[in-house]
Parts: sequence; structure tokens; C-alpha cells
Amino acid sequence: MDKVGIVGVGQTKYERRKVGETFFDMIYEVTVKALDDAGLTIDDIDNVVTVSNDFWDGRTISSMAVQDACGARHKDISTVEGDGVYGAFYGAMRVLSGSFGTTLVVAHNKCSQSRMNQITNAMFDPIYTRALGLDAVTSSAMQARAYMDAFGVTAGQLAKVSVKNHRNAKNNPLAQIALDLTVEDVLKSRMLADPLHLLDASPITDGAAAVIWANETAAGKAKKQPVWLKGVGHMSDAYHLGDRDLARSPALVGAAGKAYAMAGIADPLKQLDVAEVSDVFSYMELMWYEGLGFCPEGGGGGLIDSGATEMGGDLPVNPSGGCLSANPVLVAGLARLIECVLQVRGEADARQVQGCSTALAHGIDGPCGQSHCVMVIGK
Amino acid sequence: MTDWIEQTEDMVYKGRIKVPYTWWVGETGSHFFATLRDEKKLMGTFCAKCDMVFMPPRKNCGRCFNQQMSWKEVADEGTLLTYTVPAYEADIHPMKPPFAFGIIKLDGADTGLTHIVAGFGTGQLKTGLRVKAVFKEDREGHILDIRHFQPV
Repeated sequence: MDKVGIVGVGQTKYERRKVGETFFDMIYEVTVKALDDAGLTIDDIDNVVTVSNDFWDGRTISSMAVQDACGARHKDISTVEGDGVYGAFYGAMRVLSGSFGTTLVVAHNKCSQSRMNQITNAMFDPIYTRALGLDAVTSSAMQARAYMDAFGVTAGQLAKVSVKNHRNAKNNPLAQIALDLTVEDVLKSRMLADPLHLLDASPITDGAAAVIWANETAAGKAKKQPVWLKGVGHMSDAYHLGDRDLARSPALVGAAGKAYAMAGIADPLKQLDVAEVSDVFSYMELMWYEGLGFCPEGGGGGLIDSGATEMGGDLPVNPSGGCLSANPVLVAGLARLIECVLQVRGEADARQVQGCSTALAHGIDGPCGQSHCVMVIGK
Repeated sequence: MTDWIEQTEDMVYKGRIKVPYTWWVGETGSHFFATLRDEKKLMGTFCAKCDMVFMPPRKNCGRCFNQQMSWKEVADEGTLLTYTVPAYEADIHPMKPPFAFGIIKLDGADTGLTHIVAGFGTGQLKTGLRVKAVFKEDREGHILDIRHFQPV
């Protein structure tokens, strides 16, 4: 594979409600940040990939409205409707195609501007499932139940993920919710849909993020040493919840397998220095440990208990605070990737994992982690 | 330029998208819903290659991509694979609490049907619970012709 690397990144602060800001304000902010970070100008950008969702934006073809804000007028602009990592994957592919030297990938969402449960209800089949009134919280709660019953994972182990990530968020000035919590605090928080409490769930968030990919030639113009793509994969499971074994994530195993094979990773716990995974709900982080091969199937609870994924552990997971601390849907995956870039560069300040040279970013799409995208980046 | 910006109020624009849809249910769906409405029977489709009965029914097998599917009736009773009791009320919910969402493996089917579970006592819901469909009196060919599933 030819080399393609990230030379610029930008994120907004993630907030419950970005008062007075439009999508365009946020997109412009992160585009400028990414360009400044890269030491490039908008004319150095050969094509743009946007990431957004029509329902959340309240506008169809939501990508076609953002040209002014991301310098895409008279450029090639295409869209990935899915988590930010998928958009980043597509942006990298466009450079690898040989047709473009650089790609700007920019994701946006303002979840505060509409109703989460109505929008997530709409992802279900209109004829067989939507009328039941299921949404992201209740469907995920069913997955959490299936996972806990299959492997004996406890509510306390789920809570540990929330404790860890909310505390890690204290080191991330961009995170929405940084908290000092105990397991008790999580278990006492308001029940949303059993077994998920309020503090087991990610918040409603507004935000945007951008990355700039460059091939070796274009990267020569950039200010900083690129962080190179080492491996990537994505895979989808079936659509109907009842077709899947919700306690397991074969699609993640498949996606990770492809990424690891490309990156030459045989022992992820040893060879990865940091991982940013999509913990949209606390139980998901434990399931993703298993799918990513950090522990055997059913071992997610044991891994969080061991402390291996804490800051200072063998493989810190979500030093940024993860999705539990800020979840602008579709942007969150790109934020995971950007956090990994900062880690590899040594620019992660208070959340820096020492000696980081190889990082893994993960995103999900569809109900209950129907599909997964895994990206390994490094020096 | 900055002075007037400081004095500008943040305004919002309210809107709502209400778009009607008419979705053809399709050949397979029509047979399923007509049988549910007229006979209170649940029909799945069987893929001989995979030896699997799909509920809800499919026109082609998503696993082996075969389109030689045949109809097979499944029972209106089965096992609860997983469930959750929502602790919040929402416009999109089909009924007032108490109720649960559940995935039910009907006897004879190899995939789970997502639906509503009701009529359960405190602490009664658990993975593996046997549940049975309760049909509406006036059925119209809709997934909620099954009012809900309840413990046997």
C-alpha cells in the first residue's frame, strides 16, 4: 500500500448546545484549524469528504450545503453517511487512488437541534420495527442485557467504564462532560432502560471535526510529520436485530482482522500503545475489547477489572474520555481518530500516553454496533 | 465590526419536517401481514441451503443469497432472547408503561422477532422466559396486530 498520512486535525469543543453556532460555523472552525495545523491553505486541498446525516441536519443531501464552510466550491465533494472513521477511510482511499494528493474530511452534527429518540427510531425498518417505538437507548439496552446474560458481566463492570472515561475527560479540554465518579454514582444515576443508567449513556452533543490526509508528495508541504495509515478495515453485521447474536460482535472481529493484517498486528495488547473506541454506552467498550482481541470472548469485564485499560495500564483505552464524555453522532468516530493522531504526535498534553507510536481508532454505525470500522495509525 | 456582534441576540428558527410516505410492503411482506390479519398465523420463510427459517420473512436469504425460499408457519409462542424495560415515556412508544421491548425466538423460527412484551409481574422478565402473542381483535395487516407478547 502506498503511504497516506494525516497532516492536519481540528476539533471544536464538544458541548451540549452550541448556542449561536450553525453547522457552517463549526465546519469553518475545524477546517481552518486543520489547515493551520497542517500549515496548508485551502488551495492545497484537492477534494473534500463530508460526514453528516440528513435526519439530524433536517436537510436532505446535507453534504451539499456546506461548500462555503469547507472550501469545497468547484472541488470534488462526496459524502459518507456514517461514523467519522468511515469518512476518514474513504478520504484516505481517495488519496490512495492516485487521483488526489490531499483530502479534507470534515464531520458535523448538532444533536441538540432535534429529538434523539425520534431520529434514532427512524433507523429501524418502517414496516416491521419502527412502530414499536424502539430507539438507540432501548435497542442498546437489549444488547447490554444479552451481553451481560451471556457472559456474566455485571452492572458494576459497566459502571467502571463510565468512571474511567468521565475521569479521563478531565484531561481533555474539548470534552463535554468530565466527572469524578464512583461505581456507586453510576449505579445510583437515573435508570434509562434497564440495565442502562444515565451515566452508562453518552450525552447529547454538538460538534465538528476535520482531518487532512496527504500522500508522501503533498505531505512534504505540511508543517508536521504525518501520522501514517498502517491498517484499516470495516465490516457490517445483519440489519434486523433478531438476526444477530447481540452478545458478540463478529463484524468487529472481521474489521479488526483486516486492519491488523494490514498493519502487522498479531498481539494488539502488546503492539498498540493506545486505543480510542466508540463507547456510546458503557457496555460497548467491554464488548469492543473482545471484538478487538484485547481479551478473549466474554473477557471484557475481566479486562476492565484488571486496570489494563486505565491511564498507566498496558493499553490505555479512551484517554480522551471517549463517547461517554462527548458524543456528537457521526463526528465522534473522527474525534477518536484525531485523538489517536495527537497521541502519536506527542501532542496530547495532559492525556498523553507516554511513548505512543501506534494507535487504534474505532467507529460504529447502525443500531447496536451493526457495523464497525477500525483504523490503525502510527509513526 | 465586533461591537454590533456583541449586541446581536442569538436567534433560533423552528421548523418541522412532516413528510407522508406510502411504502409498498412487497410480495413477501404482504403474505406475512395478510396471514397475520386474516388467520392470526405467523409465516416465516425457509432457506433450505442454510436450513434456517427467517422471522420476519425475507424474499432472499441474506446469508447465502439464495432466492429459493419457501413459506413455513412458525408458532405464536417462543422464548425471550433479550429485553429491556424503558424507564422513560416517549411519543414514539406504542403504549403507556409498564411494558418492555423484547426479541423473541418463536418456536420454529431461527431468527428473533423484535416486539413488545407486556403483562409481566415485577422481576418476572428474564432471558429464556416463555412468551406468547396476544392478538388484537380488529387487525389491519400491521406489526401491532400482535398487541404484545406476554408470559405463558
